[in-house]
Amino acid sequence: MNPTFLFILITVIKVVVIVHIFMFILSYLTWAERKLLGHIQARLGPKNVGPFGLLQPIADGIKLLFKEDIIPAQANKILFVIAPVLSFIPALIVFAVIPFGDKVTLFGQEIDLIISDINVGLLYIFAITALGVYGIAIAGWASNSKYSLLGGLRSMAQMISYEVSYTLSIVGILMLAGSLSLVDIVKMQDSFWHMFIFKQPLAFLIYLICGIAETNRAPFDLPEAETELVAGFHTEYSSMKFGMFSIAEYANVVNVSAIATTLFLGGWQGPYLPPVVWFLLKMSAFLFLFIWLRATLPRFRYDQLMKFGWQVLLPLALLNILITAVIMII
Amino acid sequence: MTAKTETMTLNMGPQHPSTHGVLRVVLELEGETVLKAVPHIGYLHTGIEKLAEFKNYNQFITATDRVDYLAPMSNNLAYCLAVEKLLELEVPLKAQYVRVIMTELTRIASHLVWLGTHAMDIGAMSMLLYCFREREMIVGMYELVSGQRMMSTYFRIGGLYYDIPPDFESRTREILKVMPKRIDDYEDLLTQNRIWVQRTKGVGVISAADAIDWGVTGPSLRGSGVKWDIRKSNPYSSYDKFDFEVPVGKNGDVYDRYLVRIHEMRQSLKIVEQALNSMPKGDYIARVPGITLPPKEAVLNEMESLIYQFKLVVHGFNPPVGEVYQAIESPRGELGYYVVSNGTDKPHRVKMRTPSFVNLSALPKMAEGGLVADVVAIIGSIDIVLGEIDR
Repeated sequence: MNPTFLFILITVIKVVVIVHIFMFILSYLTWAERKLLGHIQARLGPKNVGPFGLLQPIADGIKLLFKEDIIPAQANKILFVIAPVLSFIPALIVFAVIPFGDKVTLFGQEIDLIISDINVGLLYIFAITALGVYGIAIAGWASNSKYSLLGGLRSMAQMISYEVSYTLSIVGILMLAGSLSLVDIVKMQDSFWHMFIFKQPLAFLIYLICGIAETNRAPFDLPEAETELVAGFHTEYSSMKFGMFSIAEYANVVNVSAIATTLFLGGWQGPYLPPVVWFLLKMSAFLFLFIWLRATLPRFRYDQLMKFGWQVLLPLALLNILITAVIMII
Repeated sequence: MTAKTETMTLNMGPQHPSTHGVLRVVLELEGETVLKAVPHIGYLHTGIEKLAEFKNYNQFITATDRVDYLAPMSNNLAYCLAVEKLLELEVPLKAQYVRVIMTELTRIASHLVWLGTHAMDIGAMSMLLYCFREREMIVGMYELVSGQRMMSTYFRIGGLYYDIPPDFESRTREILKVMPKRIDDYEDLLTQNRIWVQRTKGVGVISAADAIDWGVTGPSLRGSGVKWDIRKSNPYSSYDKFDFEVPVGKNGDVYDRYLVRIHEMRQSLKIVEQALNSMPKGDYIARVPGITLPPKEAVLNEMESLIYQFKLVVHGFNPPVGEVYQAIESPRGELGYYVVSNGTDKPHRVKMRTPSFVNLSALPKMAEGGLVADVVAIIGSIDIVLGEIDR
């Protein structure tokens, strides 16, 4: 068989399979979130649709699809329709460069468990995540509603501010690893004490905080602070357009967790269990943290959030780079 | 060229998740800074005050529940006390004690709803469910004594609707046992929480002088450091027999109002415990023929009692001509009922001095100059009930 054709075939199959698994994880993340929040809050969470409420995400999806799709009369129609797509697509394609397992051999073919191991993987991630802010900003503006506008502005400011520390927190790892490829970074963390969480604990904390802020989750969920701005940038959205925003949010949560796993916890590597299982386990730990925080913490105020981002996280991130550099030279 | 800046007018409510009902606040914003906040009320106008003029004195007790649906017992009490004052009626000690227990439990229940919604407004969503879990016990007590979970109408002019049921004491003791731990849990989650402190400290400040000028009462006034509690200053229903403190704040900000209410819950538990320990024996309602219902056995066996019961139910009673004002310390502040009698079986006028209405008028004072997010925290911290504002 023609090797080029084979390569394309394998890649297409991988894309299809991974996108489906990814969407499956997303939908069950909503279930897990509702279930966990329920138990944390002394109630039961979904339990009527299927065993343990397991069919709830499907019911939600069907419900969203059948809802009336409203476009406000005063909205900018084109941008209003584009916005959810703009935030949905980047959230989905970030996963392409995240390795979730080592090579496996199937039908005599060696297959990398990653869609594409590009040599600028990290750069790609940051470039694509940064695109997500457009969707939110445009949604806020195009809805022509004051609440949406305030929500959009807030999240634009928030995401851009935290983007800086988010990116800088990773620089330390880049310096240690000397590579932008995520596969290389994972392979460097080949044993427990080699995980970057021990070499870069400060970076890990900064990354995690910024990651939560990037995904607009509690306690940084100001853009959609329902008690202040009704629903923030997606106030006017209904039906599947709203669904796309919420899928994008969950996708970003999964992405941040997956990247944290890859960069700090040694990715798929671990004893006894298969690599993919390790990857999923480590990722789930982060996902649990996200949900736990949401159940526990109150919300920051806009000015406090900005102050925290620029005056605390940014200097710390720079300090981390400095310390890493000094240690490397010594 | 100079850029032209415009302020933005944001209409917050009446359908908004955190205006606690149907409050509408028109905000003038510059960026996210509030230049002007104007509360608009009237979306929940029920005409309850007017209704009083068409119901006889006993019938109106039912309506007082609906004024402040989070503290029904307090409203029952204020109205019953006012009419009792008009009639110069002595209420048996036991009834007074049970009234104290129930109104203090009401205070806890009301503060729990406040804490849950207030914390939810600031983003701590789990608090709502924890608080409602505990409130359920108190709502269960309402059901135990009156058969109703919310609109209890337990108090009657002259006493109570019925004697306390046998497991009243054990159920109350259960609450006394569980609540302190739960309040500790709430404090663990919020009091020292960095984000909570940042969000509430120094926000929505109102000075003691301003608070007095605006007529603010209740925890919102005490948060500013004014030690004013009607239970202490004008004791009613045997409150002078109980030993409790009036917690006060210092800075008059959202955080202090939060602390004051948390401490009030503990003090309320203390009062309930004292009342329960020293519960006197005796009748649960004053037996005044023509004013209060005669005992059921008497109605079945005696002609006079039957006639009194019939006359009371059909016509009510005619208090002497006069006017009275009776205030109590409701969970939200000074709740006063001003009842004017013209000698007929229906009041000439019932005016309610509701704390939420007065406290809300101080909202612009607290909110202007802050941020949009603060407005939400401040509305939460003055603990308004819209039914009480519009009545």
